[in-house]
Amino acid sequence: MMELAIGIILGCCALGAGMAMIAGIGPGIGEGNAVASACEAIGRQPECKGSVTTTMLMGCAVAETTGLYALVIAILLIFLAPGRFVNILMDTMLSLK
Amino acid sequence: MKEKSLSFRIVDVLLLAGFILPFVFGIALYILLEPASEGIEIAGAKIYFTLHMPLQDLPITESQVNSWIVIAALFFLCLFLTHGLSAKHPTHRQHAAEWIVEQTENLVLGNMGEYFSGFAPFVAAIMGLSAFSSLLTLIGLYPPTSDLNVVAGWALLVFILITYYKMKCGPVHYLKSFGDPVPFLAPLNVISEFATPVSMAFRHYGNVLSGSVISVLVAVGLQGVTHMILGRLPGFLGQFPFLQIGIPAILSIYFDIFSGCLQAFIFAMLTMLYISTGFPEDDYKEKLKKKKSKQN
Repeated sequence: MMELAIGIILGCCALGAGMAMIAGIGPGIGEGNAVASACEAIGRQPECKGSVTTTMLMGCAVAETTGLYALVIAILLIFLAPGRFVNILMDTMLSLK
Repeated sequence: MKEKSLSFRIVDVLLLAGFILPFVFGIALYILLEPASEGIEIAGAKIYFTLHMPLQDLPITESQVNSWIVIAALFFLCLFLTHGLSAKHPTHRQHAAEWIVEQTENLVLGNMGEYFSGFAPFVAAIMGLSAFSSLLTLIGLYPPTSDLNVVAGWALLVFILITYYKMKCGPVHYLKSFGDPVPFLAPLNVISEFATPVSMAFRHYGNVLSGSVISVLVAVGLQGVTHMILGRLPGFLGQFPFLQIGIPAILSIYFDIFSGCLQAFIFAMLTMLYISTGFPEDDYKEKLKKKKSKQN
């Protein structure tokens, strides 16, 4: 019984981490749009390449934030959450006995 | 060109040694205090030793020691670059130092305006510390920037600066700025105020950490593939890691060098933008004018 419970915990943590990274789609599309527009701008006005590139990199970094939140959650789910949840399970089992 | 004296050269060598020795010290500490691990693993910062304090024990972690190493190395690098400055016979290193100073001053002037021109050393310090911390992976040390605590400390520092410059017109003006478009939105403004340092810390830490995690995963995967292909061969040939030579280095160019330097630049840029946009410059000038007219 205990093995099954621990197995469910581990599997669900891994599934949750994978599902959290669905958030990677958003920044991908957003950054793609930003870079496409920057390319168009440079094509139209090649002389302001430097400032356009700087602004684009800044925008990309800000757009990346939501994806990075998801990444942090996924990393927590993989490396920290299983141990925590198993400990909680063990404690409740001990207190029930 | 004047010939350099012997004492000048000795000081030069000492300063260069001061730049290189911290890294050697870091590697030595890593080898001495680290139990040899088998294979490749993903782990957080290890605790080197613990200081016993009256209230709570203070753990000295790998990331703390490595950031001290970076600070010492940067200190000696700056001393080396500015050693023997002269107006008549500028050396190569003086050109490099002048280039760095000019670039940061132009960046700060362009992004923050005239009022904040004194911010150039601070911005350069943040950029250098962050870039060199991320580049520590190149010599096999743990990068302090992939520890959330280090980056959160920097973000907290920036948050204090932002709040200080927002409070320049007095606390009442600061509280009023929360109900800016409509007072009804004040809770959202408070949330976005606290989201600033959180997002800055997570952005830097997430980028560096994700790079190292992906590198380790690729290395482990290549190990598995090599074992699958060569595993049946006898002796040394079966153990030969032919796929692991070179391929992880290509990833390292992007994740360690490009991403590390880019994140340092972005952290510094965001610092400048948040501070300069948070500062109510027009209101502050009006306040100064009122003060002057009262005194007269």
